[in-house]
Amino acid sequence: MQTPDDTYWPRTRTLMFTMLGLWFFFSFFINFFVTSLNKIVIFGFPLGFYMAAQGSLIAFVVMLFWFAKAQDKIDRECGVAEDD
Amino acid sequence: MSAESSSATKGGDFVSNLGKVYGIYTGGFLAFVVLLAILEQMGVPNRIIGYLFVFFTLAVYALIGIMSRTMQVSEYYVAGRRVPAIYNGMATGADWMSAASFIGMAGSLYLLGYDGLAFVLGWTGGYVLVAILVAPFLRKFGAYTVPDFMSARFGGNLARFLAIIVLLCCSFTYVVAQIYGTGIIASRFLGMSFEMAVYVGLAGILVCSMLGGMRAVTWTQVAQYIVLIVAYLTPVVILSAQKFGLPIPQLTYGMALQEIGNLEQSMRASGLAPATMKEHVAPFTSYSPLNFFALILCLMVGTASLPHVLMRYFTTPSVREARNSVAWSLLFIFLLYFTAPAYAAFSKLEVYQNVIGQPLANLPAWIFTYGKLELVKVCGANAVDVQAIITACGNIANQGGLLRLQDLAINTDTIVISTPEIAGLPYVIAGLVAAGGLAAALSTADGLLLAIANALSHDIYYKMIDPNAPTQRRLVVARVLLLIVAVLAAFTASTRPADILAMVSWAFSLAAAGNFPALVLGVWWKRANAYGAVAGMIAGFGITLFYLVVSRYYPELGATSFGMTSLLNPITGAPIVDVAKALADPATANAVLASKVGWFNINNISSAIFGMPVGFAVMVIVSLMTPAPSREMQEMVEEIRRPRGGVMMKEKAA
Repeated sequence: MQTPDDTYWPRTRTLMFTMLGLWFFFSFFINFFVTSLNKIVIFGFPLGFYMAAQGSLIAFVVMLFWFAKAQDKIDRECGVAEDD
Repeated sequence: MSAESSSATKGGDFVSNLGKVYGIYTGGFLAFVVLLAILEQMGVPNRIIGYLFVFFTLAVYALIGIMSRTMQVSEYYVAGRRVPAIYNGMATGADWMSAASFIGMAGSLYLLGYDGLAFVLGWTGGYVLVAILVAPFLRKFGAYTVPDFMSARFGGNLARFLAIIVLLCCSFTYVVAQIYGTGIIASRFLGMSFEMAVYVGLAGILVCSMLGGMRAVTWTQVAQYIVLIVAYLTPVVILSAQKFGLPIPQLTYGMALQEIGNLEQSMRASGLAPATMKEHVAPFTSYSPLNFFALILCLMVGTASLPHVLMRYFTTPSVREARNSVAWSLLFIFLLYFTAPAYAAFSKLEVYQNVIGQPLANLPAWIFTYGKLELVKVCGANAVDVQAIITACGNIANQGGLLRLQDLAINTDTIVISTPEIAGLPYVIAGLVAAGGLAAALSTADGLLLAIANALSHDIYYKMIDPNAPTQRRLVVARVLLLIVAVLAAFTASTRPADILAMVSWAFSLAAAGNFPALVLGVWWKRANAYGAVAGMIAGFGITLFYLVVSRYYPELGATSFGMTSLLNPITGAPIVDVAKALADPATANAVLASKVGWFNINNISSAIFGMPVGFAVMVIVSLMTPAPSREMQEMVEEIRRPRGGVMMKEKAA
């Protein structure tokens, strides 16, 4: 039985705040600029509209799969992961 | 611990064969759709096709429900914690996506354009908060319900009781709305009476949840997810292939958006649309920017606080799987939510191209199909036939004989329902959509009902009234309570309560203000104590409830005593109602002002924007003013944070 590494919680917290920052960026920050972004049109989609309808959603999905991996890596390196 | 593992043998076979079981099920379902399509070609009437769809899918859910019956506590409450991440993801998707998401959301996007995307963003982004802040820690803790966690972390039954109040407030109206949705779908597609449809829906829900609790609900929800996603994607994929030659609606609707933009210009130029018409992609035409972002925040935080969502993550085999499962959940939910704007765009294009500007005698047939169901109005009258609308439009000065944009009113439910007919598809696809809508309503109702009944049976009966109750009796009590709550919800739905649909959106604000600060600080701040949590929950939840109730039901009082002022028009910035004039006539003041007054121009749907910060602030301040939690409690928090070591709250050996 390994003892939990002291760095476990600080690393987990850093990851959480990184995710929270990304979450804020895609939920709010990017959409503050919808009017300017709408002037850029790709495949018919005004970019501001596209971000709220699809772009941010894709970012959320990718973020969550990445987060599950990153947190698991921290768990394993700090010896607090569950047995497989 | 024995209850957690002893059933692994029987269940283990099923769990290891999940891919095969659901593969066969999906194939069988598709074969069934094809069979019905053939029957339709052979001349079987639409009504029979519709009935076959509904009864076949209900029978399958019932079969799964009966096969998953159990008499073990951990199976009943958390499906034995053996649900793999990907299947729990599908079950969460079905649990999450309600009748409103399936039938109503595309319609809201049609009506609101860009501003409707607040719902798309809010109902997906919330899962980021679920994954990083809450779900894995609750899974590690090993509670059966959310109030269970509150009580253990915040020392005792007061916190538990408050959490139960929050849970009941946000879940009961929500489950009534689902049963109401079942009634609407069944009566519309099958011609059943609404009241009868409600009780058929009730039977469908009970048979899935009564015998097997969480275990049965989980496996039926997976089956329901498959039906609902197939049903949602099929019509719009075919429509996209027809119109743009590419069966990927999520890509092709960009072209539809372009055409919509061009048609908006030309309609305005030719006088077919008013100068004040809202452009589809223009932001902040229905909500001010502040309201738009406040709504997103409330929906997201609400998602991360709703007990029926959080409890789905109690069923995974490990903390690691719980995190993976949130990612899968969002992927499965995303499939529907990123398709909804395509439905809205295609329908709008159809309306702008083939309906607006047409002579009244020349409108497409679908207008009258849904006019007969009272879903489409032309010139203020239900579009039952050509004569009716010509008469109605004749009463409007300068109408001109061509249909103008302002003459047409489409119920939001119509968008998804009418797409098969607009695309010229056979009735079997419409039947498929009905089955999908029903799956969405039933699966959400199952999850909510279980959340309510479990709070009553586990938290109130077992933990507060009779902690020595034997397993057998606990499970009997759980089922009796489930039955009572279900019948009560169905009865409420059958009275067609007018406000119920609006009240569903309140659930998010109530959950966000009541649960979120205590859940997050309970894990992330060791110094948080029971006094802080109780005070924070009361303050946050109280202010949110106060704002909702006063602005909706007692706006006169709000305006005279609590400084509420008129909300503002998002485009012009002018007040939407003259408060002084309304107050002058006390008899009608409340009706005129309802949901039109507030603080800082915030719509009451986003009322957690007040309650949440207050909840956090009160919890922090009161915690700091009172003694720190005991050493044992702080060690417990440390333990919650470390995945290793199994669940902390163990079922006593049965």
